[in-house]
Amino acid sequence: MLHLTTGRVGCLLSKQAVVALTSSGARMSSHGHHEVSDSVDMSQPMYWDRLDTPLPDRPWKDVLDSTDKSLKQKEKGPWTALSKEEKIALYRLKFNHTYPEMKRPSHEWKTVIGGMFIFFGITGLVVFWQCHYVYPPQPHTFGEEWQAKQIQRMLDMRINPIEGFSAQWDYKNKQWK
Amino acid sequence: FSPVGKMFRPVVRLSTSGVRSLTRTRPCYSAPLASRCYSHAKVETDEEFDARWVTYFSKPDIDAWELKKGMNTLIGYDLVPEPKILDSALRACRRLNDLASAIRILEAVKDKSGPHKDIYPYLIQELQPTLIELGISTPEDLGMDIL
Repeated sequence: MLHLTTGRVGCLLSKQAVVALTSSGARMSSHGHHEVSDSVDMSQPMYWDRLDTPLPDRPWKDVLDSTDKSLKQKEKGPWTALSKEEKIALYRLKFNHTYPEMKRPSHEWKTVIGGMFIFFGITGLVVFWQCHYVYPPQPHTFGEEWQAKQIQRMLDMRINPIEGFSAQWDYKNKQWK
Repeated sequence: FSPVGKMFRPVVRLSTSGVRSLTRTRPCYSAPLASRCYSHAKVETDEEFDARWVTYFSKPDIDAWELKKGMNTLIGYDLVPEPKILDSALRACRRLNDLASAIRILEAVKDKSGPHKDIYPYLIQELQPTLIELGISTPEDLGMDIL
């Protein structure tokens, strides 16, 4: 059970891994058709490709045809008698992905970034529409004329004359410092 | 370069373990005898750890489940197993007539080394006699270390 939960959680982000787990976990076929099956028989030993758990509960291909069976017989003898192709075939019988294949980079990040930008764009459109149709008219105090008069009044009142606002105004030459 | 045997002995700890005593946060009343509130369990030495695992895999009638359980547990630890442990495990694979698992073990320890690229060649170098004797090809020999 522990393996199940950690496996599921660890594979949440990787669609391929979930497919591999579900399709080959179900004892429907020897290779696994690599489609997502709706339910996995949890009472049976499962296969998994995990970096931190190298040897899963069952081999990848457990329904062996006659060539596989004869190869497995040959495996019982000295391994020096096996050719490279036979060794690779034995590995592929027992395991689905090699470690480099498990660690292959996926293109998922492009989907994620693309999805992010799409949502930013939609949000931008919503905000733009809102600015145009939802916001009430701006208060009259935002107008150019009013702002100018407001600044002049602030200078006349000597707002923050030492370090702040009026300190920036050159009263003698009637301009900003 | 040739790593001296002592360099990686007894097990290669990947995490910087640091000073254990400083991480204890259990409240401890300062008794007049100034005794520390650490666990009194005996800490297993690295040699004992190695010996235990070598013994585990050396069981003559080890079965497939025990091999799987042992390897999965060993790979779960925060360390790269010593060559002698791996040698014992590979011989267990031989007794079980399981070449695929032997190759898988080699892949797994290469992955366990993480960014430390010099550990795996050292392990292969140490295991070379066993690999030749048993006829185990490394993933590199079989071209399985690349996509």
